[in-house]
Amino acid sequence: MTTSDDVLFKISDLEVSYGSIAAIKGISLEVKKGEIVTILGSNGAGKTTTMRAISQLIKAKSGSIRYKDHELTKLPAHKIVSLGISHSPEGRRVFNILTVEENLSLGAYTKNKVDKDILKWVYDLFPRLEERKLQLAGTLSGGEQQMLAIGRSLMSKPDLLLLDEPSLGIAPILVKAIFTQIKKIAATGVTVLLVEQNARAALKLANRGYVLEVGKIVFSGTSEELLSSARIQEAYLGKKK
Amino acid sequence: MDTFLQQLVNGLTIGSMFALIALGYTMVYGVMKLINFAHGDLVAGSAFVGLFVFSQLLGGEVSLPVVIGVFLLTIVAISLLGFTVERLAYRPLRTAPRLSAVVSALGASMVIQNGIMLLWGPQMQIFPELIPSVIWEVGGVVISLMQVLIMALSTLLMVGLYFFVEKTKIGTAIRASAIDQDAARLMGINVNNIIVTIFLIGSSLGAVGGLFIGLYYRGITFNMGWQYGLYAFVAAIIGGIGNIPGAMLGGLLLGLFKAFIAGYVSSTWADAFTFILLIVILIVRPTGILGERVAEKV
Repeated sequence: MTTSDDVLFKISDLEVSYGSIAAIKGISLEVKKGEIVTILGSNGAGKTTTMRAISQLIKAKSGSIRYKDHELTKLPAHKIVSLGISHSPEGRRVFNILTVEENLSLGAYTKNKVDKDILKWVYDLFPRLEERKLQLAGTLSGGEQQMLAIGRSLMSKPDLLLLDEPSLGIAPILVKAIFTQIKKIAATGVTVLLVEQNARAALKLANRGYVLEVGKIVFSGTSEELLSSARIQEAYLGKKK
Repeated sequence: MDTFLQQLVNGLTIGSMFALIALGYTMVYGVMKLINFAHGDLVAGSAFVGLFVFSQLLGGEVSLPVVIGVFLLTIVAISLLGFTVERLAYRPLRTAPRLSAVVSALGASMVIQNGIMLLWGPQMQIFPELIPSVIWEVGGVVISLMQVLIMALSTLLMVGLYFFVEKTKIGTAIRASAIDQDAARLMGINVNNIIVTIFLIGSSLGAVGGLFIGLYYRGITFNMGWQYGLYAFVAAIIGGIGNIPGAMLGGLLLGLFKAFIAGYVSSTWADAFTFILLIVILIVRPTGILGERVAEKV
């Protein structure tokens, strides 16, 4: 097992509000190097807000987000990716009227030029993207756009990959394919923080998980612990008591 | 036929100027979804700065180096003014409601317009004749050296801008920021720097447009930015606001339309018809001719 020295990323007492409405009410979590950690929760639990707060797209009201030696809350959003954190956002957010190739090259924006080896790796993971590299991203299917969003976030060669609902609105067969590739990505040493509504798929992949309900962490543990918890089974896995 | 060719030449000339100015509106709108009402006044300011640079700084004698100097110094001055407008009038309102930014844009427009009046007075000034009045007559059509220069330089600038936006890394970042600012930030793009870049480019093109207006029409007034700004704004809407090739196309079409109305109907009616055209286009095709680009699923 990893020791506490290996903590790559740590959120402490994070609070985030939209105006006067508190979305995140003081959460703490940590991710160790090489882990796949998942944050589960239903719609509106605050999962995406947590991810946006990590990437500084929304500023925390209080609390700290530490990554390696950096306090992220003190940085502007565009500085985050060059530290080694890459965020594949909810809803994919690919640049719809740019080509697949241009989208991928933007993923490597902070690098001097596109690293051919990483591009080849992304194309090996998602061959569909290479076939369609000259197509506009908006013409891809939902699943292909998700592949592009993940591929784009790999282009900066991140140490920590933030994946926000990669299964959202995608055909089940593609969800399976995408999760298989996420596992492969993690196997290369990339640490993954995965936000999901699809608890079953996420827990199959993850080492550990946190359960978020209306802005608070209500449960955390290893994937086995979460899978065997009666409460989790009932609320997120659709099993009756 | 002679009238047709003559008005074609005239239309392409004024259309080139409209297109250069329209690019400033459309680029800012593309990324910020804001109409920079101060842009027309930057264009007017450019003509006055050009007059000042020529007569006060560079001695008032026409020669090729002086003309180039007038263009370069004016472009630098106006792009700095554009940068300042962005800093003072728009950046503090980045997260404010859209209406606040629009009001601020109108305010910036008035400040610049009245600034020009304070510095140069309310009366019309005569812009110097920087381009020798060489005129050719080709098959009954009169074309001047100035018209050729205006069309050639505008084309060069627009082709250059097109390649910059389509082919370079910063150009791709500009297009990405216009599509989705948050996603652009996730890529590591400093969107504030992109906004500064488009203000510098838009103001520079507007500065060239302002100098062309001075050269072509000669009489310049402190409040002319409103008029030419409006034409260019209409051109941007005709082409599809936010769309760079659209602004180029819209500018040329508007120039041709105005010239043909002036040639075949009456020049006093040209403005009325221009705005009728705008209304018709807004009814028939509200997103303009090229519209905002949308990726269609195949």
